[in-house]
Amino acid sequence: MNSGRIRRRTAVAGALAAGLPLPALAQGAGPIKIGMSMPQTGGLAAGGKSSLIGIEVWRDDVNEKGGLLGRKVEMIVYDDKSSASETPAIYSKLLDVDKVDLIFAPYATVPTAPIMPLVKQRDLLLIGNFSFQVNRTVKHDKWFNNAPWGPADSWARAFIDLGMKAGADSIALIGADQEFAQSLIRIAKGLAEEKKLKVVYEQSYPPATVEFSAMVRALRAARPGMVFVCSYPPDSVGLLRAVNEIGVGESVKVFGGGMVGLQFSAVAESMGSLLNGVVNYNSYLPEKSMEFAGSKEFFVKYQKRAVEAKVDPLGYYLAPFGYAMGQMVEQAVAATKSIEHKKLADFLRTAEMPTIVGPIAFAADGERKESATLIAQYRGVVDKNIEQFRSPGKQVILSPEKWKTGELIQPFEKARKG
Amino acid sequence: MFSWELLLDAVVLGTMVGCFYAAVSIGLAISFGMLDVPNVTHPALLVLASYGAWLLGGFEIDPILAGLILMPLFFVLGIALYRVYHETFEKRGSQAAVRGLAFFFGITFIIEVGIIMAFGVDQRTVQAFYIGKSIEILEIRIPMRMIAAFVMALLLSGVLALYFNRTFLGRAIRAVAQDEEALRLMGADPVRIKQWAFGIATAVAALAGALLIIVQPVEPTLDRAYIGRTFCVVVMAGLGSMSGTLVAGIILGVAETIVLTMFGASWAPAISFTLLLIILGVRPQGLFGR
Repeated sequence: MNSGRIRRRTAVAGALAAGLPLPALAQGAGPIKIGMSMPQTGGLAAGGKSSLIGIEVWRDDVNEKGGLLGRKVEMIVYDDKSSASETPAIYSKLLDVDKVDLIFAPYATVPTAPIMPLVKQRDLLLIGNFSFQVNRTVKHDKWFNNAPWGPADSWARAFIDLGMKAGADSIALIGADQEFAQSLIRIAKGLAEEKKLKVVYEQSYPPATVEFSAMVRALRAARPGMVFVCSYPPDSVGLLRAVNEIGVGESVKVFGGGMVGLQFSAVAESMGSLLNGVVNYNSYLPEKSMEFAGSKEFFVKYQKRAVEAKVDPLGYYLAPFGYAMGQMVEQAVAATKSIEHKKLADFLRTAEMPTIVGPIAFAADGERKESATLIAQYRGVVDKNIEQFRSPGKQVILSPEKWKTGELIQPFEKARKG
Repeated sequence: MFSWELLLDAVVLGTMVGCFYAAVSIGLAISFGMLDVPNVTHPALLVLASYGAWLLGGFEIDPILAGLILMPLFFVLGIALYRVYHETFEKRGSQAAVRGLAFFFGITFIIEVGIIMAFGVDQRTVQAFYIGKSIEILEIRIPMRMIAAFVMALLLSGVLALYFNRTFLGRAIRAVAQDEEALRLMGADPVRIKQWAFGIATAVAALAGALLIIVQPVEPTLDRAYIGRTFCVVVMAGLGSMSGTLVAGIILGVAETIVLTMFGASWAPAISFTLLLIILGVRPQGLFGR
């Protein structure tokens, strides 16, 4: 044991003396270990579990093809309980105790943000998983966010442009007191200023808010032209219920924007017709314009596993992106014939990679070069029917132009009734 | 932005929200307020009952009716829980409360994990004719689900107040809360009375859990959001007072809603504990405590 330690010390000292770069993580001939935390309990669990199944489907597919560099892929996953306070310790354990070769970020912004300093300090490659602007201040050059957002303002810009085109000249901003929501609200506020839109109502609310009727009343009294909402799953449901009960008034042309949760099938099924008219973001939809190589086969595999695991049975929102994370790593490893983080990062920075969610290319800040965020409007949704969401037409894509499948119906109160 | 109309709206809606807070706290007012049992499992029992209401909703059973159906089951569950707590902690001495806290936290985690394993982590909601609709009274649109919560909270606190004041067993429960030893000297068995009372507290949680899923979607760990709020209502009321719990709930609901409407939602959660500190500063025994 002592001699082993001395040998390792000697090797490290030798490498330092020779000025050689040390490998970031342990490498060997066994399986390639990919470590991550994933929300499997708590508020983000529905998304985390769905995303994890997507990644597991990729792992099994790649192992069936012989693995990466002839080595099997093994995943080490811990539950971060949807909590930001859990992830730094989990990633330290993954790196120092489990000695993983590569790391994937957990699903969502909140658990990812606290591991960014650690990742930058150790100069590691990190593939993000639906985070929003977590690298804005850290500026890590080996960060690649697997999410459709693209440039920071593209998401809010697409929504605001739609609203302005519909005739809105004022905006209301509602957002949860959370990292993701506040970042998006800040960007939307900046855009409103740039486009000379009057902000007539602005409200942040804490995560434990139970009842939204009072907020919707105040919103209605402000008579906004459009309402940009950035909410988390329980709040999205509460807000939509309150909107349906109180109404937002005839002035509102477009309502929605960044409501997380409506993309999950259990929520969509339970909300049913209350969704009609809402213009919200999404990442993948079963529309004709979004059929890419491998996507159909993926959903057959995913949906079988999801039913067994009691997870989102449709899985359009996160699962295919989980698979795409693996596809990108697979292409990077195949091209560089290495799992060295620097080489993989260099490849990811320059390549355009075909995946089951379409081609992905990254900009210098690690976000998508071009936004692939869908802005879609719910149409003709009926109550208590999950199957309806498998067919095209229930969420008509309004933006981006290349995948557009219909035009906006407005004002919101009229669209709501259809 | 201030307007009298918005203020009136906030007071009306706040009263409804407050009644809902009272309904979800009233079981705790019995178990913690009257019996001195550190029942931190109460919010988890609410969530468990919500899932029960959701399950029964699959058979087209109205959530409130589902809550009533679940009450006897939860009554038995409450008796069993208290029995275990009493045998393993309470009768062993003065450190019982601290160790009991660990016991109830343990039960909470078991319930959370059990729900996750049985139903997954997705949010669940129920449907009923009064969910998603509102009625207009004096130009104020009030969500019907909040009216349902309001009426049920009034009924629940009224029935329980009558029970504790007018029935033999009810008065025995109040007696055990005041002086357990004196009750024992009179030949009554305080443990059996406490067991019965804990059963009632848990049965009430079943109905309150049904109200919870009527008011908002539930997920397995939602109980954590209610631990602070329910304990705040019970302590503010003065431990064990039924009418006090209703009044404390309404004060909290109105204050939160006014702050949310007039000053911003971010301030609303701070209100409960600010009010609690002020009230305990002025009346350490709580609003209706003796």
